[in-house]
Amino acid sequence: MTVKRAFRVVFAAGLMLGLSACVQIEPWVKPYERDALADPIMAMDTDPVSSSYLQHVFESREGARGGEGAAGGGCGCN
Amino acid sequence: MRIILALILFGLSGVAFANVLPEDRADVMYKLYDGGGATIGGPSVLVRKQVAKDISMVANYYVDTVSSASIDVVTTASPYDEERTQWSVGMDYLRGGTTMSMNYVTSIENDFDANTYALGIQQTLLGQLTTISLNYSYGEDIVMRSDDETFARENIRQQYALGITQIITKHLIAALNIETVTDEGFLNNPYRTVRYVDPNSALGYSYEPELYPSTRTSNAFGLRAKYFLPYRAALEGEYRYFTDTWGIEGHTASIAYTHPWKKWIFNVKYRVHDQTGASFFKDLFSRSEATNFRGRDKELSPLTSNTIRLKASYEFLNDPGGWLKRGAVTASLDHMIVDYEEFRDLRVRGGVVGEEPLYSLDANVLQLWVSFWY
Repeated sequence: MTVKRAFRVVFAAGLMLGLSACVQIEPWVKPYERDALADPIMAMDTDPVSSSYLQHVFESREGARGGEGAAGGGCGCN
Repeated sequence: MRIILALILFGLSGVAFANVLPEDRADVMYKLYDGGGATIGGPSVLVRKQVAKDISMVANYYVDTVSSASIDVVTTASPYDEERTQWSVGMDYLRGGTTMSMNYVTSIENDFDANTYALGIQQTLLGQLTTISLNYSYGEDIVMRSDDETFARENIRQQYALGITQIITKHLIAALNIETVTDEGFLNNPYRTVRYVDPNSALGYSYEPELYPSTRTSNAFGLRAKYFLPYRAALEGEYRYFTDTWGIEGHTASIAYTHPWKKWIFNVKYRVHDQTGASFFKDLFSRSEATNFRGRDKELSPLTSNTIRLKASYEFLNDPGGWLKRGAVTASLDHMIVDYEEFRDLRVRGGVVGEEPLYSLDANVLQLWVSFWY
């Protein structure tokens, strides 16, 4: 996939979701039903300082990068 | 490019729902990587603070102190010590239902400088069941050599990321991440070499500098889901598919379980990664300059890595009054085993060239940190 093509996919997804926001959708999980999801153990990234470090470790030891959710930083992978 | 970004921002500005800034917290961590002859330790300090009603600032200071006698070093160079220092600052700005973020990261080593600038936007949609984020970053690396003051090469890295987090049921949340990264410039390690068959050498082989393509584009597609179990515990699964223009194709999967007990939170995770090798990777080339591009970095070899993590967190403060809300101390240990399928252990000598035993890396990653929420 070329960069242009990848960017078009991202652009189309963003535009579709943006436009879909104009349609009123009844939320099937009400705000008062989200106590389990609000529990700290359900956070998608409970410890950013640790997850970004581990991401750096994996990217230094493997050939793959990205797509695992945590934010990255500079490289310094030598 | 500017027009496309503006259109995306326009597309996302359809309906604004309530959004919140990240919570204020500070983390002070010590981390230690020990494996394969390399020891990398140092602190990482992260502080996040809301400075106005709609602005949150974040800063991170990070140091890696490296002492390396890894297999690459002991077979082709000399053990070395070095230090990498990284600073980052960022800002999140909440306007209506949209969070906009900016981030700057700078990393300095004696032979490698990196600067990264990032922009992001996050919007909650569909009755706050969906959160979409778009991120772009631009990075400039300067690759140098500690033994040659005149050597300096540039690498430009751009990253495009789309993330969608979706509440599916009262107990299930999922996230999709799509990320494209492009590199252009000097992409190989200036110290590393490849080996080739050389009948004139006593060993039967010699070394020459590696030579990588000057561009690389990678695509990663990640899917993650987390489920709240009825007795207050969490189960998480993740899968990532990776491919790039160097011929690497990877699959990564993990499963994690989180269990709170009184003031403790325990977490165990298993992660496996499997990849094919880069098209220009070879452990032993048939002759000098045998191919246009050539590399022998073990990370580019076909490999399988398995990691198990044990983590425990203890909450020692909970609403003590004053400005502090919570405090916790956390320790985690990751044990990582990487089995290389084509990278051979050249410390073993005397056998048939090219049939040395395959190399395997055993590493432990220890992290210890204290967190405060305020």
